[in-house]
Amino acid sequence: MSKMKIRSWNKNTKNQLITFGMVIVAYLVAQLLAATGMMSSLMQGLLVPMCTYSIVAIGLNLCVGYLGELSIGHAGFMCVGAFFGAFSTKLLEDVIPNPTLLFVIALLVGVLAAALFGFVIGIPVLRLRGDYLAIVTLAFGEIIKNIVNVLYIAKDSSGFHFALSDGNAIALSEDGMWLINGAKGITKIPHLSSFTAGIIIILISLALVYNLVNSRSGRAIMAIRDNRIAAESVGINITKYKLLAFTISAAIAGAGGVLYAHNLSTVTATPANFGYNMSIMILVFVVLGGMGSFRGSIVAAVLLTLLPEVLRGLKDYRMLIYSIVLIGMMLFHWAPKCIEWRQKIAGRVQKNTKKEAA
Amino acid sequence: MDILTYLINGISLGSVYAIIALGYTMVYGIAKMLNFAHGDVIMIGCYVVFLTMSEQGLPALLAVLLSVIVCTILGISIEKIAYKPLRRATPLAVLITAIGVSYFLQNATLLLFGADTKAFTSVISLPPLKLAGGQLSVSGTTIVTVSACVLIMIALMLFIKKTKAGQAMLAVSEDKDAAQLMGVNVNATISLTFAIGSGLAAIAGVLFCSAYPTLTPYTGSMPGIKAFTAAVFGGIGSIPGAFIGGILLGIIEILGRAYISSQLSDAIVFAVLIIVLLVKPTGILGKKLHEKV
Repeated sequence: MSKMKIRSWNKNTKNQLITFGMVIVAYLVAQLLAATGMMSSLMQGLLVPMCTYSIVAIGLNLCVGYLGELSIGHAGFMCVGAFFGAFSTKLLEDVIPNPTLLFVIALLVGVLAAALFGFVIGIPVLRLRGDYLAIVTLAFGEIIKNIVNVLYIAKDSSGFHFALSDGNAIALSEDGMWLINGAKGITKIPHLSSFTAGIIIILISLALVYNLVNSRSGRAIMAIRDNRIAAESVGINITKYKLLAFTISAAIAGAGGVLYAHNLSTVTATPANFGYNMSIMILVFVVLGGMGSFRGSIVAAVLLTLLPEVLRGLKDYRMLIYSIVLIGMMLFHWAPKCIEWRQKIAGRVQKNTKKEAA
Repeated sequence: MDILTYLINGISLGSVYAIIALGYTMVYGIAKMLNFAHGDVIMIGCYVVFLTMSEQGLPALLAVLLSVIVCTILGISIEKIAYKPLRRATPLAVLITAIGVSYFLQNATLLLFGADTKAFTSVISLPPLKLAGGQLSVSGTTIVTVSACVLIMIALMLFIKKTKAGQAMLAVSEDKDAAQLMGVNVNATISLTFAIGSGLAAIAGVLFCSAYPTLTPYTGSMPGIKAFTAAVFGGIGSIPGAFIGGILLGIIEILGRAYISSQLSDAIVFAVLIIVLLVKPTGILGKKLHEKV
């Protein structure tokens, strides 16, 4: 009975269930290893970053794989999520004692802020195409990082204080505290992120993107990717669906940012964490995992985070490997010689299976 | 006099952007791709000069010449290895490859020479020019940079107008397939474009590092992206456009740094890019391209 039911499910549902199952199994295995003490503390420290990267990769994959537009500014949305989330936590820390509730609120604030930024940035950006769009997302990412670095917000008994570019402009009374201290960022953030929280966010993000891409809206988004003019001519509202996908993609990246910020006690906007490099790293996960495959993104994010740690010798070469992965994947997929070679291999495999069948 | 000093500094920086922007604009015009790695070719050029001049003690002119040769070869090899097989691929794939190449150059340099900042010695030893009774001083670097930029611009325009290879470049940028039918060697022309662009990148890099003498593996990426902004600003595909865009952007950056905020100068440049793309995506001198189904 149950077997028949599985067979009658369509391919999409099965595919999704495999992904969800994979995440849950990975969670259980990791928890088991941690509980029995078989996991080193180094590995345990990697669990939350792995979740963070997976989440942002899922978000970027929606943009690159389904919308077909390359964003190299997703670290900017991560930055927005991280700062808004951490800001809300700092603000509500004394009011709300329950850490779970505090984190959920931070998550909501971070996601909403990232979605809002995605929406506002998306309106002008999505009018452009291809290379221009990519470079403008890069520009926005850098602008966000730049602005965060000159933002000063503090709180004391007389209320809130804001300043731009000059922190000394704020005369803080003794009981005051800095919420955002310019280039020093947000400090003393309570450690609210956990592996469980990360997995739950991954599952929610997956449910969201799978639902989206298999819906009417999702098909419209893919139609725009495959042929914009044809999609427009059958009455698809290009701007609306592009914005929808871009906003959701940004929101998911923001969720990753919230998780990221609450895993560290201090969050600053440096080129290393929210700059171009982070955007490229996430792009590598998406490209290696397969554009359009959310499961692939998660697997690639986990593998590429684990590998350099497990093989210590590779650690210095991590970035170099990333870049070779990017070039290699594209050449493998598109170079005429590689296409020929792939067909030859495929032909041989087919012949072999036919022989075996006979 | 402050404003004049800023303007001169802006023109100097803008000249560097203009030379880099030439590389972007030519490659974009002919190969229809954004060569993301262009900025990192600049950085490689600077390292060549640094290693040969500061460490081996070669004369400046020889070091610069060597750097131009290395960058030209590098540019051609990048094109042959990474971009040529992707001629028929989607723009997304080409862009991702270009980002990969940029990242590769940065990290290969990082592994070879380390992340520490190298102090670059200026290749230019010209005394500053005193104007207006010594109130206004124009550094030797500025004089050389601006004259190099103007010279390169004129030479390049003559090259495209007067030589067969230049005309072939024009033809390929207009219509690749038609040019091929007319007997233009498209592959050789694209290689030549990359060679010229990368050779110019080496010169731009040396001039940039002479003005801002710190060298790290990431030195090239920011000026690279800004020069792309300049190319877009002036109208991508247009050589005089790259010049105008570069100079304007240099002035905007220096004035922004002086009068608005030094921390926000990058943000200001990028804001210019966004505004230009939204208001006039073809730039100041760009041609409008019609889209075919």
